Amino acid sequence: MTATPAGGAAASFLQVQGLSVAAGTTRLVQDLSFEIARGECLGVIGESGSGKTMAARAILGLLPPGIQVDTGRIQLDGEDLLTASPQRLRALRGPCVGMVFQEPLVSLNPAHRIGTQIAEGLRLHTGLTSQEIKDRSLAMLERIGIADPSRCLKAYPHEFSGGMRQRIMLASVMLLNPRMLIADEPTTALDTLTQREVLDLMQELAREHGTSILLITHNLGLISRYAQRAIVMRQGRAVETGEVARLLREPAHEYTRTLIEAMPRRTASVASKAGATPALIEVRDLHVRYPGARAGLFGRRPAQHAVQGVNLRIHDGETVAVVGGSGSGKTSLGRALLQLTPAAQGEVRFRGTSVRATDPQGLQRFRMACQLVFQDPYSSLNPKHRVSAIVAEPLQLLPGLDARAARLRVEQVLEEVGLASLGRRFPHELSGGQRQRVAIARAIVRRPAFVVADEPVSALDMTIQAQVLALFRALQQHHGFACLFISHDLAAVEQVADRVIVMQHGRIVEEGSRDQIFDAPGHPYTAQLLQATPRLSHSTSPALAGPVDKPTP
Amino acid sequence: MLGYILRRLLLTLPTLLLVAVAVFVLMRLIPGDPVQLMLGDMADAAQVADQRARMGLDAPLPVQFGHWVHALTQGDFGRSISDQQPVLPLILERFSVSAIIVLVAVALAVALAVPAGLMAAWQQNRPADLLIVLGATLLLSVPSFWLGLLLLLFFGMHLGWFPVIGYVPLSQDLIGGAWYLVLPVITLVMIETGVLTRMARASAIEVQRLEYVTHARAKGVPDWQIVARHVLPNAFAPTLTLIGLVLGNLLGGIAVLETVFTLPGLGRLLVDAIFARDYPVVQGVLLFTALIYVLVNLVVDLLYPLFDPRVRAP
Amino acid sequence: MRWHANGVVGAALVGMVLGVALVALWWTPYDPLALNLRAKLQAPSVAHWLGTDEFGRDVASRLMAGASSSAIVAVATVALATALGVVVGVLSGFLRGWTDRVLMALNDTLLAFPGILLALALMVIVGANRWGIVLALGLAYAPSMARVVRGVVLSLRETEYVEASRMIGNSATVTMLRHVLPNCVAPVAVLATSMFGWVLLSESALSFLGLGIPPPAPTWGNMLAGSRPHMQTAVWLGLAPGLCIALTLLGINLLGDALRDRLDPRMERT
Repeated sequence: MTATPAGGAAASFLQVQGLSVAAGTTRLVQDLSFEIARGECLGVIGESGSGKTMAARAILGLLPPGIQVDTGRIQLDGEDLLTASPQRLRALRGPCVGMVFQEPLVSLNPAHRIGTQIAEGLRLHTGLTSQEIKDRSLAMLERIGIADPSRCLKAYPHEFSGGMRQRIMLASVMLLNPRMLIADEPTTALDTLTQREVLDLMQELAREHGTSILLITHNLGLISRYAQRAIVMRQGRAVETGEVARLLREPAHEYTRTLIEAMPRRTASVASKAGATPALIEVRDLHVRYPGARAGLFGRRPAQHAVQGVNLRIHDGETVAVVGGSGSGKTSLGRALLQLTPAAQGEVRFRGTSVRATDPQGLQRFRMACQLVFQDPYSSLNPKHRVSAIVAEPLQLLPGLDARAARLRVEQVLEEVGLASLGRRFPHELSGGQRQRVAIARAIVRRPAFVVADEPVSALDMTIQAQVLALFRALQQHHGFACLFISHDLAAVEQVADRVIVMQHGRIVEEGSRDQIFDAPGHPYTAQLLQATPRLSHSTSPALAGPVDKPTP
Repeated sequence: MLGYILRRLLLTLPTLLLVAVAVFVLMRLIPGDPVQLMLGDMADAAQVADQRARMGLDAPLPVQFGHWVHALTQGDFGRSISDQQPVLPLILERFSVSAIIVLVAVALAVALAVPAGLMAAWQQNRPADLLIVLGATLLLSVPSFWLGLLLLLFFGMHLGWFPVIGYVPLSQDLIGGAWYLVLPVITLVMIETGVLTRMARASAIEVQRLEYVTHARAKGVPDWQIVARHVLPNAFAPTLTLIGLVLGNLLGGIAVLETVFTLPGLGRLLVDAIFARDYPVVQGVLLFTALIYVLVNLVVDLLYPLFDPRVRAP
Repeated sequence: MRWHANGVVGAALVGMVLGVALVALWWTPYDPLALNLRAKLQAPSVAHWLGTDEFGRDVASRLMAGASSSAIVAVATVALATALGVVVGVLSGFLRGWTDRVLMALNDTLLAFPGILLALALMVIVGANRWGIVLALGLAYAPSMARVVRGVVLSLRETEYVEASRMIGNSATVTMLRHVLPNCVAPVAVLATSMFGWVLLSESALSFLGLGIPPPAPTWGNMLAGSRPHMQTAVWLGLAPGLCIALTLLGINLLGDALRDRLDPRMERT
């Protein structure tokens, strides 16, 4: 029995008409229609709640329990999928349509070796012998750039990084030679460089096998680079469809326009403050080491040298961005600077005085003036406290501020961040963006001199990201605090930074003003990072315009 | 991997030592003078002092502890006050009875509970699941001694299928002896199946939510294979920990069943010894049971990496 | 939603038992201790709803008195175990270092003894009376609570809002009291509910073995033990106390399930 249905030479491989998906009475997808031609990459762009994931899952009948398809037709190469039997669907899953998911940490079963998991699909759908399966797996692993393929087959998923796991997932799916690949936010959890590698690989493999791709993402930049056509989804409906180039040039729908506006763009640069005043924060020869994991009976693996001899100066009111891939040490730098992680060596000076964990008074003074905005809006707020209590808490440590004044200050700050009437709410009643605003409010309520923002917008939707970044910039210009902005997303950095520091493997490899770094990167790693950042085809920086290559339709 | 095993083994030594200290301290806290007890009311002060010196009870506590531990390592758990017999052989003999019941019962319970729990999880919130959960909850709410009594009443006295009193060791008569064990084992199996089913179900539900299960479905793997190859290995690990706890708890709780079914097991030995104020036996049983429990936990810890490779030393 | 049904039935059962226990403190149909040898081993009737036992005592009254007895012991024991366990767990989890190591070494030593066994041993020391049982069982179950609380505290320590509290400049004590403790309430509540069940079971088992509250004071456990010689002739003597224990345990388990279902999703949302 053939795995793929025999069909006529239909122009479109997948046809979806009037698809509606609902969970009980809530409509998740409404009246969705689109087509994918053979070998084409169709992008589906939308933010959380747009229904894009449910639509994709509906194609293969993988909807979670409690959610079902209400109406519509899904035709795969002429065959109706919604009326197909479960056995037929199972036969199609894999060899006809493959799927790659978002979370590389749990998409591979931690209890099985890689080889076993790759072989599982092949054994189910092909008649290959074990040796043939092994040979093909090895060949594919080599193709995706694994250094030691035979060791990889015997290894377990947790031994690999997120990016590697995602590539292994791709390999495992592509081995079945599917006609179509559904990629649901495949790289959202990865950093910029790895993102680029995985998606380039996906594009190459797809081209080699003639596979269509349905690429689901919230990142407009990725769509512009990898997809030929795209659908924009919002709250379950498709608001606009068409060729990517045209969509970006002349968006017809309001929402598409909002998404395009939300792509971070460069603002006017601010005159450099370096040298004008003595440094607010000075970091000298900072080293951060994490002890290695236990190995053997009494020994340990060698220590991880997260930050290796970093020197840094931050002046009043300026925003210094620290960028780098995962493992570059940027987060460790931020934490060590704030004395949250002990430094193995080196010194941090605040307004000329050295800050030490052994000097509690000095540390307290430092804490009063320097704050941190955390990355995860979902775990940085105490779920049992109301918003106003969270924002008010830092004020309790300010001497000389009575209850009435404190309350006024809290109201003032909440208004500044745009959460004026939400003081009585609890964190779980707020959206991610609103929670992050609360975190920002908490950080600035004491009018600090210095704020460290650790990936403050990475977990948010695109349009929300834009809003929060704009808010942050506005607050900074209004209150004049200095900022250390840590991020792997160069696009966000471009919008807010005055100076940029690039880190790799714990060291600073390049440093300069924002315009300098973005327009004329000196170090190859910087150039790599910039290359990897998905940008729109009409971005303001001509040097990095356009996707890598545009396939002809 | 070897490092993990060795480290785990080494860590049990301090625990064992602390357990010995705890038992030592507990025994010394018992009100009353053990020597007086031994010799009875007729002994005079001189005889008591004499006996105390002979038993080494006049030495300072740390010395006594040292002597005691030394004796333990030689297998000398002391002598029973009632019949002057060495304690350890007595414990071992009784333990074999309790152990058989517990091990067989838990093995059967696991064999029933794991498939039931997995099935309930796969059919979550549908009739099969609700039924299984209700059944499990009912079973574990029944006290073991009551269930035992009821079974004894019905199957033993009323129907006469099983013997009501007495015991024949398996070494003497395998089939006949086994007949005495059927009802206690069934009692335990019923209750522990309830406990284990709920745990297996809960961890299976956790695992099912994870993406590799969806990924397996996306590959077209049939349902039963998903449950057996993807859900089971990952769900089993937490259940394994619970099995260790259950085994340990049963070491204590078996006392009531042995009383109901009049079996010469370790639990009965302890209870009888407490009533008879036979403190060397009490001490011996406490120590022995704690040792076994530590051993069981050690085995569970060592088996864990088989089911969860992430635990192995990276 | 399923937890509704669980919660309602569980609460009803537990409520009934507690209600009876409360009433029994002031009134029972007959005096639970009153002997009436002329009326011994009577089957359930209008005069004696659940019959009489081998000494002519009214079974229903004795069950009610047993309910009070068990309820008092259970509440006191869980309170003691929870108090001890929370204190040890919080100190251990938050302060870490040597405090943690020493406390956990002691804790694990106690955990190395199966619950009932430890309670038995402690009973020998403190003596067989109501407060002895509370002390023995409380000490036997406190280590489990301590372990769980320590685990919760350890994971809470890693949350960003606890870190934020330190960042603001709050002292360790303030952070612990304001941010860690309130978020411990849910898991402690769930475990405490289960503990009521364990305590009831252990206390009944101890009574059954003759090591609990001594007769003639009625407990469900010793009533069950006393029914053994008369099992065939007076079945109700064996059924009634056991049924009481089973129903109460069922109620506690259902209530515990409902509580866990209700509290967990909220915990996960953070």
